[in-house]
Amino acid sequence: MTIRMPGAVKGVLTAAVLATASLAATPSLAEIKGLEIIAPASPGGGWDQHARTLQQVLQDQKLASNIQVVNIPGAGGTVGLAQFVTAKKRTPTVLVGGQIMLGAIVTNKSAVTLDQVTPLARLTGEYTAIVVPPDSPIKTFDDLVKTFKANPGSVSWGGGSAGGSDQILAGLIAKAVGVDPNKVNYVATAGGGELLASALGGHVTLGMGGYSEFAPQFQAGKLRAIAVSAPQRLPGSDTPTLKEQGVDLEFVNWRGVFAQASAKPAELKELQEAVAKAVASDEWKQAVKQRGWIDLYQPSAEFASFLKQERAQIEGTLKDIGLVK
Amino acid sequence: MDTLAALGHGFLVALTPYNLLWSAIGVTVGTAVGVLPGIGPALTVALLLPVTYGLEPTSAFIMFAGIYYGAMYGGSTTSILLNAPGESGSIVTAIDGHAMARQGRGAQALATAAIGSFIAGTIATAALTFVAPLMVKLALLFGPAEYFALMVLALTTVTAVLGSSLARGLASLFLGLALGLVGIDMQTGQARLAFGVPELLDGIDTVVVAVGLFAVGETLYVASRHRFETEEIYALKGSKWMSREDWSRSWKPWLRGTLLGFPIGTLPAGGSEIPTFLSYLVEKRLAKKPEEFGKGAIEAVAGPEAANNASAAGVLAPLLSLGLPTSATAAIMLAAFQQYGLQPGPTLFDNNPELVWGMIASLYIGNVLLLVLNLPLVGFWVKLLLIPRPWLYAGILVFSSLGAYTLNNNVIDLVILWVIGLVGFGMRVLNVPVAPCVVGLILGPLAEQQFRRALAISQGDPSVFLTHPISAALLIVAVLLVIGPMVLRYRSNGAGKGDSASRSDTHPAT
Repeated sequence: MTIRMPGAVKGVLTAAVLATASLAATPSLAEIKGLEIIAPASPGGGWDQHARTLQQVLQDQKLASNIQVVNIPGAGGTVGLAQFVTAKKRTPTVLVGGQIMLGAIVTNKSAVTLDQVTPLARLTGEYTAIVVPPDSPIKTFDDLVKTFKANPGSVSWGGGSAGGSDQILAGLIAKAVGVDPNKVNYVATAGGGELLASALGGHVTLGMGGYSEFAPQFQAGKLRAIAVSAPQRLPGSDTPTLKEQGVDLEFVNWRGVFAQASAKPAELKELQEAVAKAVASDEWKQAVKQRGWIDLYQPSAEFASFLKQERAQIEGTLKDIGLVK
Repeated sequence: MDTLAALGHGFLVALTPYNLLWSAIGVTVGTAVGVLPGIGPALTVALLLPVTYGLEPTSAFIMFAGIYYGAMYGGSTTSILLNAPGESGSIVTAIDGHAMARQGRGAQALATAAIGSFIAGTIATAALTFVAPLMVKLALLFGPAEYFALMVLALTTVTAVLGSSLARGLASLFLGLALGLVGIDMQTGQARLAFGVPELLDGIDTVVVAVGLFAVGETLYVASRHRFETEEIYALKGSKWMSREDWSRSWKPWLRGTLLGFPIGTLPAGGSEIPTFLSYLVEKRLAKKPEEFGKGAIEAVAGPEAANNASAAGVLAPLLSLGLPTSATAAIMLAAFQQYGLQPGPTLFDNNPELVWGMIASLYIGNVLLLVLNLPLVGFWVKLLLIPRPWLYAGILVFSSLGAYTLNNNVIDLVILWVIGLVGFGMRVLNVPVAPCVVGLILGPLAEQQFRRALAISQGDPSVFLTHPISAALLIVAVLLVIGPMVLRYRSNGAGKGDSASRSDTHPAT
């Protein structure tokens, strides 16, 4: 939903806001006009929600106006990425993306890569939980490792799309406990309800997915988490981390936002500042909390070096699993 | 008793003038969205989410529920009148619904769809009210083996739409199965038949194929014949209302469609198309005049339309009782719960009874509003068919192209639509039925994925399909459905000394 405001009205509004909010310590930035946010996925998913939340916050905080969210779904975000790279826009445009895109670029042999965009900021992340039904013979992560080592094929790992975050983590865990990652019996689902149902119904040995997605089921006692991929236990949760259980792994399914490589330095700076202000606002923090995300904001430069490491790890793991030659 | 008291309280919430207004807005927007191509309820709710931020959550969800139900009502309209299904749940409706419209019985087709949707929606909402937790428990028993068996059962629908020639029908089915292979293979992440086109990696949208084969293909065919023959179609023949015969042929399909739709709707990987296929198959098998199927049998509209509405209510059962989103719209509603700081999941009923019961009560109300809104519209919609044919067909092409484009805002979808439209044209010229192609396209990939998942989990042991009782039972029913009619025909042929050869239940399908 875009709200188009005539310039005069907007001017008056901005003036009014400036007048009333004159106690703000920093001078207000110039608004970005006519921002387009591309969510390379269908409405409702994580990327779409990030795009729409960002839209809302940028608008409410008067950091940008006339913001439009455009959904370009397809192929793990690579269709949207390709259009983003080649598009010639008159107004600033940003792309929401995340870890799944990194894997998709390699597995889909995408013609465009993240080399052709400028990392703007890492926004949030989610840690992966490994869950089992309450009546599963696997009670702890140790049980899982034992069963897995004895007969790798007997453990079916249910998770999201092939080559996505969950399968990569499964491969990393296998490698860490000394099993050939190629032996992981990974069962790819469409994620969301389908994954939750196969975990709840006990159709797969274990389920893997974002911690917050499973959290309501933990409270109701319908699923048990045996490990979480966070550096330390999550607030309000007693699920032990992988590290505590002898697997030196930290894994976060991150989401971030990118600018076009063709963006001029001045425009880039404007976008960086707007995003930095947006994520510092209470409104953003509130939205992140409500949706069960974790604020993992990293500004442009840090995000770029983080991406470099991620790419190496993900591409390596996909080769180990045998999805990429 | 507790449920009734809670529901009564829900009605108090939903019947306040303020919430009634939101329900009315919801069903109107929903009907419009259902009629418009390319825009589904999922996208609509996503677009409205930021706007409803200031609204009471209860009112917002009452509106969303209205949009969701309304879209199911509206979807049948374009299927019947223009042969252009707006969403996958109303593809089956197009087969006989459009045939009825061509015979001047469009009003009756729309009416049986609307009344069937109302009845199915109401019964399924009652089921949602009283047996949702039980249904969800049953739904969770479905693993990959069970889903595979269900898909096989649904695939037997093909036998009802094969047409007069087995070879042509199978050719169409295999074309559909081949189209279904296009895209990334879900289990291995490898691309199949995508030819390096990134837009093909997610596969070909079933709605684009259905609209291409049905609407574009037919339009091209009619245009190519227009100069040579004049067809007497589209006049509104006789009364607008359903005759006594229409009623007596509709009510059982409505109930049977509901019975199929609700439970399959609660299945996390069920999908709204599967009960419509099964309903078509069941109605054809039970019909007194199965030879009318494909040529405008009212049962073939009544059953599938009831089935898709009942499945829409079914989808809400796992969403409300477990926080399991099993369709795109359900996924967005889940996101909406989070926007309001509500914790969807098993605790939602306990923590937010007002919201949940208000929403369920609003579903009953929404259904009534939808019937009141849609029945009078029937008279208006059928007037579309009075438009001179060249204009109408041009309009169908514009409408279909617009719909395909809006799906992903991508020009590639237009190319796919037109290529498939040309194929559909060719199939009509060669007298190849198009319905088996759509059945294959929808069910083929689902069956394949479940089959491979089941085998992955069993580590390659194929006996899982027979050792799981639900799976075995479904497969046996499927076998009976295919073999049963053959045996019956053989016996009746033997008894009648061959004079009943013409009683074969195959016939040219559209």
